[in-house]
Amino acid sequence: MKIISMQDYNRLSDLCARALDNQQIKVLVSADTAGFAVGALEVYHKLHELIREQGLLADLDLHQQKTGIGLKKGGCFGCFEGGPLVNILPHDYLYQEVKEEDCAEIVQTTLIEGKPIERLLFKRDGVIYKSQDEIPYYKKQLKLVLGNCGKIDAESIEEYIAQGGYRGLAKCVYEMTPEQVCQTISDSKLRGRGGGGFPAGRKWESVRRQNADKKYVICNGDEGDPGAFMDRCIMEGDPHAVIEGMVIGGYASGANYGYIYVRAEYPLAVARLQKAINQAREYGFLGENILSTGFNFDLKISKGAGAFVCGEGSALQESIQGKRGVPRVRPPRTVERGLWEKPTLLNNVETFANVPYIILKGPEWFVSIGSPNNSGTKAFALAGNVRDSGLIEVPMGTTFGEVVFEIGGGVPDGRRFKAVQIGGPSGGCLTEAHLDLPIDFDSLDEVGAMMGSGGMVVIDDRSCMVEVARFFMSFTQKESCGKCVPCREGTKRMLEIMERIVDGKGSEDDLAILEDLSGTVRLGSLCGLGKSAANPILSTLRYFKDEYISHVREKKCPAGVCKKLSTYVIMAETCKGCAKCKKICPAQAIEGVVKNPFAIIQEKCVKCGVCLETCPFNAIREA
Amino acid sequence: MHQTAQQSLRQFAKANEIIDKHGPEPAHLINILQDIQEEYRYLPEEILFYVATAMDISPAKVFGVATFYEDFSLDPKGKYVIKVCDGTACHVKKSTEILDTLRRELALSEEKPTTNDMLFTVEVVSCIGACGLAPAIVINDKVYARVTPGLTVDLLNRIREDEASR
Repeated sequence: MKIISMQDYNRLSDLCARALDNQQIKVLVSADTAGFAVGALEVYHKLHELIREQGLLADLDLHQQKTGIGLKKGGCFGCFEGGPLVNILPHDYLYQEVKEEDCAEIVQTTLIEGKPIERLLFKRDGVIYKSQDEIPYYKKQLKLVLGNCGKIDAESIEEYIAQGGYRGLAKCVYEMTPEQVCQTISDSKLRGRGGGGFPAGRKWESVRRQNADKKYVICNGDEGDPGAFMDRCIMEGDPHAVIEGMVIGGYASGANYGYIYVRAEYPLAVARLQKAINQAREYGFLGENILSTGFNFDLKISKGAGAFVCGEGSALQESIQGKRGVPRVRPPRTVERGLWEKPTLLNNVETFANVPYIILKGPEWFVSIGSPNNSGTKAFALAGNVRDSGLIEVPMGTTFGEVVFEIGGGVPDGRRFKAVQIGGPSGGCLTEAHLDLPIDFDSLDEVGAMMGSGGMVVIDDRSCMVEVARFFMSFTQKESCGKCVPCREGTKRMLEIMERIVDGKGSEDDLAILEDLSGTVRLGSLCGLGKSAANPILSTLRYFKDEYISHVREKKCPAGVCKKLSTYVIMAETCKGCAKCKKICPAQAIEGVVKNPFAIIQEKCVKCGVCLETCPFNAIREA
Repeated sequence: MHQTAQQSLRQFAKANEIIDKHGPEPAHLINILQDIQEEYRYLPEEILFYVATAMDISPAKVFGVATFYEDFSLDPKGKYVIKVCDGTACHVKKSTEILDTLRRELALSEEKPTTNDMLFTVEVVSCIGACGLAPAIVINDKVYARVTPGLTVDLLNRIREDEASR
């Protein structure tokens, strides 16, 4: 059934909303990659079987008036702790760690009798939370672009339409000119969520102004930053929002074809997007003669093959064209000559997913959220040493402290907060002193970090910042495509120095060389990957210089992480002489006579730490 | 390894099917290699030469692409491919210990990623985007959350038992 007019769309949207209302109770299972990893699919099938047995199951059906319980595969709920999660609406009960065995009770007690099951409800510090919205983790958040994630069936276009989905597209093609759409995006001050924060409206308008026989729209879903998973969650939880944003982008810029470049590590995102594309074609939101207006736009998913550099715009375009993903010299810019040498509109997943909302609610509404010049919200992947990790969304301008302590619940296990790493390998580390810093593009830039795509990894005092910097350097070095010398050779040399330092062979001169090299790599590299490669080192040098000094001067790792800098000793008074350590030591570095205290010969010790793990009496310690 | 002419013919037939499905334009090279890897579990050298000829591009181009992307492997992999995520979140949650455990248990190293019996391959991946579940490993596309060295050994033993009972 293809939509041919606004009235037709309104009819469909009413039909979808009514069908959704017929599901008096809605049961959402957190069916995303994270949920699947902990058994969400098994829970879904069990619930399906049990609800059907009771004769209560009501699939979303536009033409039947059957009422009952709707069971859905929702996208990411946000919070990763305690999965699989089940959310039951309208009560808004959030059940955690649901197992197949719990399903019968859920059906009887909650779905039939309407009562909560206390033992499954979310608990924190002795408080039992009866509704998801009351939980501190969710309370501080503002979900716009993630509003549908976990709240609707991620595999149903009808549910998306019931929430106002594709109304933005209908409004564009029936009521607005391409110029007006570009102007709306400009007025909203939407900035690219992929890292750089370039004004999206300006990009759209540039592509629109190009005279060309063909233009393209590309959605960058190559979320390669280690520590980032916002785009995965959007693609898995609300794939239609991305598609709608892209079709609107096509209409506004005059493009008729688009690609979604998804990294190979996200098979579920690919599957959900493909399903969504097929559904959108059926209703005429995609394909030829969209909504019967004569506008053509179609989409293809292009699967990445595991190269971080392909997140860079020009490398990504090479990859779509079947080549090695190597960045090219600019100008010409992508908006002038991008994919197949044609003007190309390239934005990331989150940017496109914001578009339908801006069209529907207007640019003024969007500007009213966030901070000046940084309108809207930003999704972050909160992870690392934080109590509640997961996907979050906050208005721009929220402080780091609010995110880490109020939403994330602070650092667990009584450890001390040390740093937040933001922006992945191109970003930097921020310290306690930055907890009051508002999170937006400009503020981050000022302190030498960057938004990146939005990975936020909390680091506690058990991590060594020098080692963290080495880790990022090794990542960037491995992912350097090798095209330009400063990046290829510079990252290699920087990594060698970092390895020297964590191995206890560094000198203070090395720190000066690092800073110097960082400058060269930043100035001399062609693409963003190289230009920002030194950021993790520069920012840790800036804020954690004392840790570097300990490594090079005293040859000590204050956090006790750098193995080569630690010595293992057996405490004679605790050692029972069981010989377990001697047997397991791969370097034959432990000597002694059974039932007498053993000792480690330091010259032979390779510092693998196996003895420490093995000792049943905790008689070995790291000094 | 010696192959009969018939065997190699059969092999190329599959490659042909894949090339036909996508079309021989150079733009489809990555998709074709992905499907070939899915079919053969790695990219056999003779198939790459064959693809180059069939698509009328130089073998250097094909090998260039095949060696550029991390996902492509020119070496056969084990039946169980274990990917240890070493993204930032997994790294600060001690993924290195998981990797060390796996390598120690299977007598593998960075240079030798696959066991002699072709049962296991251990790889490090940069980030699987499941950071909330850190540290995470993936065994043949199934994600395991919050693994510990002990749990890793349990998983290996379970696979070994499954294989032995087969």
